[in-house]
Amino acid sequence: MNPFAAIGRAVLAMLAEVGRFSAFTGRAAATCFSPPVFVGQFARQCAQIGYFSLPVVGVTAVFIGAALALNIYVGGARFNAEQFVPNIVVLGITRELGPVLAGLMLAGRVSAGIAAEIGTMRVTEQIDAMTTLSTDPFRFLIAPRVLAATLTLPILVLVADIIGVMGGYLVAVNSLDFNGATYLRNTFEFMEPQDVILGLVKAAVFGFIIASVGSYQGYHSNGGALGVGRAAPGAVGGAIGLILAVNYLITAFFVE
Amino acid sequence: MTAKLQLVGIRKKLRGRQVLDGVDIDVAARRSLVIIGGSGVGKSVTLKCALGLMKPDSGKVLVDGADVTKMPPEVRQRVMRKFGMLFQGGALFDSLTVWENIAFRLIYADGVSRAEARERAVETMRKVRLAPEFADVRPIELSGGMQKRAGLARAIISKPDVLCVDEPTTGLDPITADAINDLIVEMVKELGCAAVSITHDMASARKIADEIAMLYAGKIVWRGPAAAIDNSGNAMVDQFVAGRAEGPIQAVV
Repeated sequence: MNPFAAIGRAVLAMLAEVGRFSAFTGRAAATCFSPPVFVGQFARQCAQIGYFSLPVVGVTAVFIGAALALNIYVGGARFNAEQFVPNIVVLGITRELGPVLAGLMLAGRVSAGIAAEIGTMRVTEQIDAMTTLSTDPFRFLIAPRVLAATLTLPILVLVADIIGVMGGYLVAVNSLDFNGATYLRNTFEFMEPQDVILGLVKAAVFGFIIASVGSYQGYHSNGGALGVGRAAPGAVGGAIGLILAVNYLITAFFVE
Repeated sequence: MTAKLQLVGIRKKLRGRQVLDGVDIDVAARRSLVIIGGSGVGKSVTLKCALGLMKPDSGKVLVDGADVTKMPPEVRQRVMRKFGMLFQGGALFDSLTVWENIAFRLIYADGVSRAEARERAVETMRKVRLAPEFADVRPIELSGGMQKRAGLARAIISKPDVLCVDEPTTGLDPITADAINDLIVEMVKELGCAAVSITHDMASARKIADEIAMLYAGKIVWRGPAAAIDNSGNAMVDQFVAGRAEGPIQAVV
């Protein structure tokens, strides 16, 4: 077999996939912002994606905040900069760890869930059935999920920011002999609105990625249980890769 | 009389295989056409092309004489409101209750109020002899036969002009299967619609059909009144009806 042909085929297949995914997300975004909007479905997805993800996001944030405080304390001690723990914790959580970790947690929880649910609907002909009932599956299934994830992830990240800073605070005050009031004052005096805004912008973009990758994988799954079984991990892998790459791009854009 | 639904020269290639190679069928109002054929001969693909779930490579799909394949999507969607479809596995939405499934089109496509939609759903449940106490359960709690009844109720609630049925009896015991067949015949009569069913179950075909067409190798190889199925004069039809492994059709095992 000609190795160049094999490489060419793989590249073409990848480009075709990118093209299909772009067309899919374009259509998903267009249906999000044009009537009719299925409000009930949207509310249900807000609960599914946003509310029920609170525990996993909260637990992640509190422990990461706590571990971050410990690490910064140890690192800072090497050049007598222990007092910067609150500043660096709040910076790290709001700009980077809050949105990225919440994004990764939801890539696992939500992307896989959406891919499995829509994938099962595809292989059991429920999506075809919806079309024959004069209802656009993009509008009924995909738009509410994409919209809900895009709008609720920033709220989750805001909660993660608060809980993460609190995690750092608890460790700093209880094990590192910081004064509580000083810690909080340093946190709030140092933090700037743009730190939080950057995190929330990232969160909205990650939310869009999570729901659209999950929907895409599910919508195009075929071949019964095996197909659905492939769609779920495919969605998680795709969402994680895209989140990490886009995270870098957004950070670089804001830093400049 | 113009056919309600007419497929002209439908060709469709899937994964390099010519599944449909010029299929022509037509069905008029108050008539029931059953397409028979072995597994994998393209019965489902034919139905999907008729419903617009698949785009044929070439050929025309005429609804009341107008070619729907050339229509813009929103116009086609309006035309498709004349269609009702009963899927093989029921294809009921797991996340909704039985009545919400049956009233799906009313609530989400026609903007009917939930109270009125529920009333009409329960009324349609009675028609297909599904007890109203199942209205608020999830489809997963229904038996196979009841799921078919719910699927049929969903397909007929808006009084379609064309009812499509995919393997109505697959997975059902013979008695339940017969009851579903009776129900389909009754509904077609009551609604005065055209019906296109696909099946490989001859008992079902005999019961539902006014006319039978046999699909083989991507083409309709025989078509005639249901009563003539045993004297078709076509070796392939004879083999299929008798259920013999030997004959012009090679069994793919």
